[in-house]
Amino acid sequence: MVEIIISIFLLTGGILSFLGSIGIIRFPDVYGRLHSATKSATLGVIGILLGTFLFFLILHDLFIGKILLGIIFVFLTAPVGAFMISRTAYNTGIKLWDKSVQDDLKTDIEKEKQKNRQ
Amino acid sequence: MIEIVSQITLVLLTLSILLCTFRLVKGPSMADRVVALDTIGLNLIGFIGLVMILQETVLFAEALLIIAILAFISTISFAKFLEGGVVIDR
Repeated sequence: MVEIIISIFLLTGGILSFLGSIGIIRFPDVYGRLHSATKSATLGVIGILLGTFLFFLILHDLFIGKILLGIIFVFLTAPVGAFMISRTAYNTGIKLWDKSVQDDLKTDIEKEKQKNRQ
Repeated sequence: MIEIVSQITLVLLTLSILLCTFRLVKGPSMADRVVALDTIGLNLIGFIGLVMILQETVLFAEALLIIAILAFISTISFAKFLEGGVVIDR
């Protein structure tokens, strides 16, 4: 029973990481690739680490706090990294996909410029 | 059973790192390459977890944390460098 639960965690993590990488190949622009890489790959790694933690906790009676620390660290820092990359991509002038319909940041920047002129 | 599942997951992670390497080589802009590097770092953390299960050792827990920290710091510093040319600004 325990082995089945751990196996489900591990397989879910592996499949999510693989799907994230397929998204990195298939999406058309940087922002779409960030969407795939950040959400799916992060959840996959968290699944694999939870499986490892449960494996050592239940089958070997070892509590490893470092793996929990790793889970918390990945969970906290992956969104920060994705935000920094997307901000850099927008500021260095990388275009959105040509079929995108909405660019809220552009209108906000233009409003801010007009406010500064007055 | 856990051993077989771990090996299957290792194969999945290897394929995922291969796909990321393709994007790392091809990527049209530098931001694409940084995204691919970030994902490779995340997948390496999963690799180390699986190796810990396969070898039944707890000695690699520190390596897991250190790779996580290095991946995060390299991503942040690449982003800062590509944006302004300076990593630490005052």
